[in-house]
Amino acid sequence: MAVDEQKRNKNYNAYVEQVTPKASCLKNCVKAFITGGTICTIGQVLLWTFKNAGLNKDDAASWTTVCLVLGSIILTGLNIYPLITSWGGAGSLVPITGFANSVAAPAIEYKAEGEVFGIGCKIFTIAGPVILYGIFSSWIAGILYLLTKLWM
Amino acid sequence: MEFIKAFIVGGLICVLVQILMEKTKLMPGRIMVLLVCSGVVLGAVGLYEPFQEFAGAGASVPLLGFGNVLWKGIKTAVDEEGVLGLFKGGFTACAVGVSAALLFGYIASWIFKPHMKKK
Repeated sequence: MAVDEQKRNKNYNAYVEQVTPKASCLKNCVKAFITGGTICTIGQVLLWTFKNAGLNKDDAASWTTVCLVLGSIILTGLNIYPLITSWGGAGSLVPITGFANSVAAPAIEYKAEGEVFGIGCKIFTIAGPVILYGIFSSWIAGILYLLTKLWM
Repeated sequence: MEFIKAFIVGGLICVLVQILMEKTKLMPGRIMVLLVCSGVVLGAVGLYEPFQEFAGAGASVPLLGFGNVLWKGIKTAVDEEGVLGLFKGGFTACAVGVSAALLFGYIASWIFKPHMKKK
């Protein structure tokens, strides 16, 4: 019985492997390159604009972040960002716009489940882990930095 | 020129992550966590700042740059306030990005209706 099941699973997996369309890695990489490059170039244009408007480096970078996040969330709401993601793969995931998308998408998707347990919880589905581990790893790095400073 | 640099560097980072995704089948959430933590490490060992100096938005827009911002925040806070800075710097540094995402995301949930996922 168990042997039968194993054999069946193996056959099934082989079948799935066979019928799943094979997306070529190279093609996906080119798409990711174009998508990610474009988003970063938009970021560079914004950065350049804010710097030319007389902002210092840090403020210009902050405003660039705000604009990219806002743009990404509007595209998410209009259901355009998912199209970019399905075409661009990692190219839409890696920039800060992907993070903004992962905040807005579940908030919109789960609003029917209520303010607190719908939007309030789901908005942190991806943002929660990112913030937690970002804060944790930088905390550890900060402790090491503090120790080396005391040491030197 | 700086626009071309941003395009190429940003694109290359995305290609590396795309290859990683194809090889490991990691979920997007894990990829993002990985990127931010890598950014913190690269920042802490002093590699990311010169890289960002060279690539501009090509380095600051990807989530690696978000990690680097966290590290810079911690470093500044530790320099200024010592141990208390460890508990302050991170959130101060990521305040703009996270607040913008949460606020606009929340407002978006009032305005837009859920869509059926197209796959």
